[in-house]
Amino acid sequence: MGLQIVLNLIIAVVWMFLNNEWTAVQLIVGYALGALIMLALRRFFNHDFYLRRVWAFLLLLVLFLRELIMSNISVIRELLRPKLAIRPGIFAYDTELRGDWEITALACLITLTPGTLTLEVSPDQRTLYIHAMDIADAEELSAQIRSTFEKAIKEVTR
Amino acid sequence: MHEIGMTIVEWIIGLLVLGGALLGALSAFGLLRLPDVYTRSHAATKSTTLGVMSILLGAFLYFVAYDNYVSAKLLLGIVFVLITAPVAGHLIGRAAYKSGAPLSDRTVQDDLKHAPHTDTQLREHTDGQLPHERERQRE
Repeated sequence: MGLQIVLNLIIAVVWMFLNNEWTAVQLIVGYALGALIMLALRRFFNHDFYLRRVWAFLLLLVLFLRELIMSNISVIRELLRPKLAIRPGIFAYDTELRGDWEITALACLITLTPGTLTLEVSPDQRTLYIHAMDIADAEELSAQIRSTFEKAIKEVTR
Repeated sequence: MHEIGMTIVEWIIGLLVLGGALLGALSAFGLLRLPDVYTRSHAATKSTTLGVMSILLGAFLYFVAYDNYVSAKLLLGIVFVLITAPVAGHLIGRAAYKSGAPLSDRTVQDDLKHAPHTDTQLREHTDGQLPHERERQRE
């Protein structure tokens, strides 16, 4: 991925050399042209075309912001209820993600969406222990994490 | 046309700042009301994060709209808050659990207590009981 970005930058600089015009506009035009060239030649690279990953990352960001706002609303509804009806608990969640970066990203995303808080990652990095504000739907919560965050992170890193 | 645009921007800025302040106040309320460390840290770390982020975003938009000044510091501030807040929440929660802060009585499930690795780490010092279990027996 790093190689592809550097290559794209080199193509942009070459484009500026060809035009003998050193402006930001030329750099952007050259970068876009380079992206097109690399899209055409993507089968020669070992990895996927890198802009697909950038796009997946943006999708992850949007998904995360939406979850953040939605679950903030739900927690505030719980807080303002006259009689506190929360049932907190800690549940184990088996993750399919591997590697430090993926696990860290997942743990941070889980922690920032209210209603869940990562308490501990097991030493073998296969299980996350999550404190939930309302355990009633632990199954539902894990299914939700699995189908949204885990999938989106996989899209970015693989 | 320009007039209408400015009014809309004004409304957006106002809503962002007011919403952020409201979120901060609500999470302070949650801090008072919730029963134990873990649920409190739910309220403290997250709603405040979103609140601070939306206040900073409101300030950013204000300077862009009225002073024509793009403040990169505010954007960086948003990113830093977003990155560091969950780590702080995680560490505080983890430290609380390791030092045996009691879970509230409402707690219905505790998978971490039966986790294989916590057993070996914590229980060897405490004749088979986790710190917060001993605490509860003493009471």
